[in-house]
Amino acid sequence: MVDRQRLIERMRAVLGPGGVIAERNQLRTYECDGLAAFRVVPALVVLPETTEQVQGAVRVCHEEGVPFVARGSGTGLSGGALPVSDGVLIVLSRMRRILEIDYDDQRAVVEPGVINLWVTKEVAPRGYYYAPDPSSQLICSIGGNVAENSGGAHCLKYGFTTNHVTGLEVVLPDGDLVHLGGKAPDPPGYDLVGAFVGSEGTLGIATKVTLRLLRKPEAVRTLMAAFESADAAGDAVSKIIAAGIVPAAVEIMDALAMEAAEAAVHVHYPEGAGAVLIVELDGPEAECTHQFEEVERLCQEAGSTTIQIAEDDDQRALFWKGRKSAFAAVGRISPDYYVQDGVIPRTALGAVLREIADMAEERGLRVANVFHAGDGNLHPLVLYDGDVEGEEERAEELAAKILFACLALGGSITGEHGVGADKKKYMPKQFTADDLDVMQLLRCAFDPDGRCNPGKVFPTPRLCGETPGKRHVHPAEQPGLVEAV
Amino acid sequence: MGATVNDPPGGPLADHQPRGPLADHQPGGPIPERERGGVRVGALGPPDGTSLPGLSLPGRVREAGPTDAVDGAQPRAVVSPSSTTETAEVLRAAYEGGLRTVVRGGGSKLGLGNPPAGVDLVLSTERLGRVLEHAAGDLVVRVEAGVRLADLQAALAPAGQLLGLDPPEAGATVGGVVAANASGPRRLRYGTVRDLLIGITVVLADGTVAHSGGKVVKNVAGYDLGKLFAGSLGTLGVIVEAIFRLHPAPAATAVATAEVAAPGQAGSAVRALLASALVPSAIELDWPGPDGPGTLTVLFEGIGPGVDAQAANTARLLADAGTPGARVLHDGEPGQGGEAGLGGGADRGGEATRAAAALGALPWEAGQLGVKVATGPSGLPGALATVWEVAAAHGLAARATAHAGTGVLRAGLDGGDATTLAAFVNGARERLAPAQAGLVVAEAPLEVKQGVDAWGPVGDALPLMRKVKERFDPSGLLSPGRFVGGI
Repeated sequence: MVDRQRLIERMRAVLGPGGVIAERNQLRTYECDGLAAFRVVPALVVLPETTEQVQGAVRVCHEEGVPFVARGSGTGLSGGALPVSDGVLIVLSRMRRILEIDYDDQRAVVEPGVINLWVTKEVAPRGYYYAPDPSSQLICSIGGNVAENSGGAHCLKYGFTTNHVTGLEVVLPDGDLVHLGGKAPDPPGYDLVGAFVGSEGTLGIATKVTLRLLRKPEAVRTLMAAFESADAAGDAVSKIIAAGIVPAAVEIMDALAMEAAEAAVHVHYPEGAGAVLIVELDGPEAECTHQFEEVERLCQEAGSTTIQIAEDDDQRALFWKGRKSAFAAVGRISPDYYVQDGVIPRTALGAVLREIADMAEERGLRVANVFHAGDGNLHPLVLYDGDVEGEEERAEELAAKILFACLALGGSITGEHGVGADKKKYMPKQFTADDLDVMQLLRCAFDPDGRCNPGKVFPTPRLCGETPGKRHVHPAEQPGLVEAV
Repeated sequence: MGATVNDPPGGPLADHQPRGPLADHQPGGPIPERERGGVRVGALGPPDGTSLPGLSLPGRVREAGPTDAVDGAQPRAVVSPSSTTETAEVLRAAYEGGLRTVVRGGGSKLGLGNPPAGVDLVLSTERLGRVLEHAAGDLVVRVEAGVRLADLQAALAPAGQLLGLDPPEAGATVGGVVAANASGPRRLRYGTVRDLLIGITVVLADGTVAHSGGKVVKNVAGYDLGKLFAGSLGTLGVIVEAIFRLHPAPAATAVATAEVAAPGQAGSAVRALLASALVPSAIELDWPGPDGPGTLTVLFEGIGPGVDAQAANTARLLADAGTPGARVLHDGEPGQGGEAGLGGGADRGGEATRAAAALGALPWEAGQLGVKVATGPSGLPGALATVWEVAAAHGLAARATAHAGTGVLRAGLDGGDATTLAAFVNGARERLAPAQAGLVVAEAPLEVKQGVDAWGPVGDALPLMRKVKERFDPSGLLSPGRFVGGI
């Protein structure tokens, strides 16, 4: 057992007294991330302001044999930044400088605590933007985006965080600093940038991130089409894809999700619609105009009851506001809700919707559905009332069953929220033991002692020196460290 | 005598001790010299053409000939498994026999990287040739590694879809393209392997089969091993299956092309293009030599009215940026350009499609020195000028092409002996280093490679890369020595 006082003193030596939080009450602030169902108070929180301080803090952890967890804005929805009770939480929110903008090569170099939307705000006057746009982009950090490989509504056409990060400065779990990739394309060697992005904080801490910037498109066109059912809206999406059109974004909300969003932001969705489809095209003017007409026609063909076209940026923003606030808005129609994140092959949308509806009915629960329909990423919101005996358990069980339905259709247990603490128990349903062991080889190369965000992503990680076939309980999963799920 | 690899106990292989994947592994230590572990390599040769130690796959193994050599390293046998299971059997047997194995797809990139420290076995993916699943509605395809990229494109074309990879090497297989991270002009539009590969099945050195990713485009469950394997040149495992996201094939093609007199002029033109709202599929530069002009070609693919407008706008924009006189090429009658671009069909298109098909050719012939310099767009003019200067100083002719929109320069060097060519590589590398532009030898005669490191410095991440290698291939049996830092 590590001497906490000694740890505090060593950390103060590295970070100064203002960079270390040791008071129990203050520590509580950090007990969970966006997934509040999991709570662990860390032994200590440190708030580095420089790469050197991150290195210093990690080195202390390494030398003292203490696990650590990195945290950005704490908006993650899978418990990826859930602290370890005997460990240190390294909060990167004070590292929030945009270090460099290189317009000629379309790159930005930023610190991990920089908020996603700040990047776009910084470069917008010159006609550029940063493409990945998670719904939380007003508050989520780039470092967190890197850890989670965050997506967003517009990743159908433009890709995820991993497609927009070209370089990283990383503090490894032993405190060493490495530079992976950079501004230039095709750096020789293994693509460790690609391996790191989306590793959910288990391979080290990114202290500088090189991002791709995109030129703003010449034209943007957005429509919102109402349908009798989400199934019919999905049919419209199939027609659009089959026509060879790759929209910038394709989103579906069902009636319940619309009801919630309407209550929150007054989008004026068509009365009685079973679902709305938002389609956004962008690109060169001539192409955009031509394809937009085609999208409109295809929506009509698929039985759309009404089609609204965004007349200007304000109306477009309203369409998006309804969609992006849908999660929080559900709080207006239900005391509690569980946000699920699953993926299916897009063409299986109708099948999974029927299955979700049946399963919900069996359990007497309501599910509001919001999808990134272009890439098959579902966000069913399972509504429940925690005050009703047994309802929370039924909701959890339904949320799990929805994931299994996704897997049965050839999908994934998470499209963008990550595995974290929440879904590691489901990893063996998506991957074989060998798959997970081989992933663990990568982990062992970066973090042989298993001290970097332990207890996340992998259900029963093998110790790095271990031979296959034998499994031991990971030290981080001993009672008192992380509440094993 | 024909001691084969299936010798019974007491035979040549009796003293071999199979090792566990992580046994004896010293994290952080150097990659061990391949321990022969009692295996007599002589036990393999000459092979009887049918067997490997512990392996019975009739008809899958043959004796290697001189054309099977990998950069001068002569293997003893070539094995071509026909499934993931067979590949795992082969690798397990090779692992137990301590056989150094190099994977071969179409063979078009066997010259990439450093000469291997040694090869006992070539694992050919020629029998892994099936397109397993094309989910057109999901824009996803699952293929075996040995499928030729051109064949895959042909299989996708009837559905009006394509895989957005267009490397210049003829005969390249999907697995080879992934392993070599091969790319072409349209990387500006579609990205590279890392952007299109959504799932992968690999077999590790000890025969372990592992998957990562899957059939859905959006998926963050588990580590992305596809990215780790992309460009790993067969040093971490054998890629047996890949799943890609696809794109709709464009219906029309238009091209704007202009002569440029100096690298700086080309740089200004490219900067203007990238700063505009135009969305080209490719911006390519072709420069036969420093004494004449270069050609800048901007490719647009999409729908008819869209590409025509963009090409016309390009001509105006180039003129404003100091490059007047651009020609705009169209395909003529609608429909003629439908087969444009990726994967062939060029002869069916019009003028623009033919121009598009000519893009991206390598600026060197087999047996010459070819180098790749990745700078980013702004560094390209300087890198080109440097390559010319250093080439001239060594009395070499340099032909260059570039993916100018992404800043990847390729140059073919001609005219000197091996010593001169090696001196060029080292000299150009030194001159380019301050601009953080790495120079990689893409192809070279063996004598040149013996005098240079094909990859050049990789920075402070090399120890970490070695650790990755040690974890995945602790015995160092896969493509030993071909990769960065002697990995």
